[in-house]
Amino acid sequence: MAKRIDVKDLNIYYGDFLAVAEVGMAVEPRSVTAFIGPSGCGKSTFLRTLNRMHEVIPGARVEGTVAMDGVDLYGDGVDPVAVRRNVGMVFQRPNPFPTMSIAENVLAGVRLNNRKISKGDANDLVESALQGANLWKEVKDRLARPGSSLSGGQQQRLCIARAIAVKPQVLLMDEPCSALDPISTLAIEDLIAELKNDYTIVIVTHNMQQAARVSDRTAFFNIAGTGMPGRLIEVGPTGTMFSAPTQRATEDYISGRFG
Amino acid sequence: MTTTTSPTAPVGSPGGAPQPPRSARRRWPEGRATRAFRWLATGAGALILVVLAAVALFLIVRAWPALTADGATLGEDISWFPDDSSLLRFVGPLVFGTLLAAVLALLIATPISIGIALFISHYAPRRLANGLGYVIDLLAAIPSVVYGLWGAIWLAPRLSPVWQWLSETLGFIPLFAGPAADPPRVILTVGVVLAAMILPIITAVCREVFLQAPRLHEEAALALGATRWEMIRMAVLPFGRSGIVSAAMLGLGRALGETMAVLMILSPGALYSFNLLQAGQHQTIAANIALQFPEADPTGVSVLIATGLALFVITLAVNMAARAIVARRKEFSGAN
Amino acid sequence: MTTLTPGAAPVAPDPSDQTRAMLAGSDRRRRVTDRVATGLVVTAFLIALVPLVSVSWTVVSNGFERLSPYFLSVSMRGVFGGMDAGGIYHAIVGTLLITTVAALISVPIGLLAAIYLVEYGRGRLARWVTFFVDVMTGIPSIVAGLFAYAFFAVLFGPGVRFGVVGSVALSVLMIPVVVRSCEEMLRLVPNELREAAYALGVPKWLVVIKVVLRTAVAGLGTGIMLAVARVIGETAPLLITVGVIDSINFNVFEGRMMSLPVYVYRQYSQGLVPCAPGAADCIATINYDRAWAAALTLIIIVMLLNLVGRLITRFFAPKTLR
Repeated sequence: MAKRIDVKDLNIYYGDFLAVAEVGMAVEPRSVTAFIGPSGCGKSTFLRTLNRMHEVIPGARVEGTVAMDGVDLYGDGVDPVAVRRNVGMVFQRPNPFPTMSIAENVLAGVRLNNRKISKGDANDLVESALQGANLWKEVKDRLARPGSSLSGGQQQRLCIARAIAVKPQVLLMDEPCSALDPISTLAIEDLIAELKNDYTIVIVTHNMQQAARVSDRTAFFNIAGTGMPGRLIEVGPTGTMFSAPTQRATEDYISGRFG
Repeated sequence: MTTTTSPTAPVGSPGGAPQPPRSARRRWPEGRATRAFRWLATGAGALILVVLAAVALFLIVRAWPALTADGATLGEDISWFPDDSSLLRFVGPLVFGTLLAAVLALLIATPISIGIALFISHYAPRRLANGLGYVIDLLAAIPSVVYGLWGAIWLAPRLSPVWQWLSETLGFIPLFAGPAADPPRVILTVGVVLAAMILPIITAVCREVFLQAPRLHEEAALALGATRWEMIRMAVLPFGRSGIVSAAMLGLGRALGETMAVLMILSPGALYSFNLLQAGQHQTIAANIALQFPEADPTGVSVLIATGLALFVITLAVNMAARAIVARRKEFSGAN
Repeated sequence: MTTLTPGAAPVAPDPSDQTRAMLAGSDRRRRVTDRVATGLVVTAFLIALVPLVSVSWTVVSNGFERLSPYFLSVSMRGVFGGMDAGGIYHAIVGTLLITTVAALISVPIGLLAAIYLVEYGRGRLARWVTFFVDVMTGIPSIVAGLFAYAFFAVLFGPGVRFGVVGSVALSVLMIPVVVRSCEEMLRLVPNELREAAYALGVPKWLVVIKVVLRTAVAGLGTGIMLAVARVIGETAPLLITVGVIDSINFNVFEGRMMSLPVYVYRQYSQGLVPCAPGAADCIATINYDRAWAAALTLIIIVMLLNLVGRLITRFFAPKTLR
């Protein structure tokens, strides 16, 4: 249920503009990898290439390889729709479908592949996914209410439930807590710690403490200046990165000298 | 509208402009000019309401003789008014024909318009999309009389074999009962031409709505592994539903009032008939007015104005409903 | 310690093949549905091109031959049967005069109403005006014609037909369009400009005229041009208020006038001419030929108005918004 991802010589473009250059790194299965770095350094852009959401933006393209178990996600015979089905994503702002109920939101992805899912199976799946997202106890009595009736933190956990209901190999999280209050943030961080037993998780975060708390490995991205491409500076075990980074820029960023 | 008595203080602009400092020396002339200008502008705004009321009032005044006369008198006075009938029985088939033509146009135009709008908003490359929107807008600029000419002389002969085929294969459905008229001066041809005419307005509104569909939800759908079409069904169409409804209503309003295309294509009749492929069955209010008005005597004019009043009321109701839906939608999106 | 891991793919082929199968997108039904939807959407767009292309093509190809300086410079006076003669001069004159008068009525009212909505509009009256302007855009043109007829019939007695009646009918159709587009343009004027002028102690009405209107002038020009283009092709209201005539009339206050759209309809409704066999000066389709040529002229005028309207914005807008 959890796969590794190997990225090699990846250049990411918006039209002619090189946004992120020469990224190479490995994402280990059943662990949490955090991307940190100053704004505009391309960490979110890079994250979106891992499930081919990047190319949704007109003119966006990549060069290089992103391999899952040795299979290039950008290779021939790979369907972007299938990639996204297997690499789930949680966004910065919670985005449950406003016209669907809580239960329908959880099932939204599942119904795409399995329209005739039986009522019992559907109920079981809703329960297991919501439990997996630590939301079941709070919403089990109002599954038919609209998803937008929940609080921000609950909505974000609903989105996580929706993402894990399709049983992806990898779960990408793009600053999942930046729109949430501290208590909701804590709930999500606890959830991430549980989810890594089953999933490969990649999280982009602005918050270094969060990266230190939740991740096993950390990748630091930086940008030399506006108009320049973002680059991966270094990647390693989170403990090492925060205590003894090899690069000067990493140390400066982590110690709060810029960013 | 704020009515302030202070002569120099202008009413605050929508943006909350600060009031200018009082200038004691030039106080009166400025105040008077400012106030006069404000009343001029307000008067123009109010005039629009007056005009709309006047349209209704003058139509009622001129229709009054027909509204109050009994059917027998009208039948005697007017050559084209059926004997032993009444105004209501005369207007009935016309209203029916008007609605039928408009609904046919709507049934043809709405799905196509939604398709075009989706093509522009979600399928075509961004750079192409603007140009395409402009091309569709050009369709709206073509005068209706040109559509009529095109429909009657170019399109009708080309539709004729299609209608023949339709009546032969689907003739068992009463709608398509044969024999199909040739030349096809029938309501279905009118519906096709009207559809082409209302296409731009429906497309324009749908396109606006689809472009506003929140990117957040579109990405949520795509990230779940939805295909483009599934994404549209999950995130775009539910969001745009009320917009589509109001766009269709606006198109309906336009189709109800179209005169020339109907006048130039349809072979008129006055029946409650669902035979879409037969001539001499239907007539619309607008086309009937244009046909009879130039030669009508005062009583006839009065009857025609009465039918025009009916058309006015119908289109007013449709348009107000459409606008109300649009307005309600605005409130919703504002609240989110 | 950047971990570039060349050849990191596991050697065992099994999971890799599994992954490859997983990423290939196996569900055929969904892919087909998506393709079909794409096909339908593209088809819808192509269908929309059919009327556009075929209207343009038929009008140009049928109208081009008869459109000549002669056709533009003579009226239909004394033209009958299948004569190879007659033109649209009287109709062009009528269209220009009637539309000009309509614009003279509509533009001040529409512009002032737009100023009211943007600069003064608050409360119930403004909401009503906004709502009913929208509703007014939906008035059928024939109803506008009936209103103008009824209005003048009350003043001058029944049966009146002259140019201004048609202009009033067109104004009813034109005013809401002018209001809408002018309102849009005025709202684009940044509030900072207004505030800067107020801070200098300029009275409101001068701010509106010297700052707001001057800034928005290109957009207003475009809006008015497009509004004129909208009504210049109106047929039905002119048919019932101004009537038809074969000769030239320059007086909008007296007598019937011809206009281009009505001319097109009139020629069309006269149909084919029954020519005697062997008649030298008789063209059976002369009426249709004239209708096409007049339609071509009308379309050219409408497209020119559209083009000029858009060029105004393109060339003048950056300068005024500097």
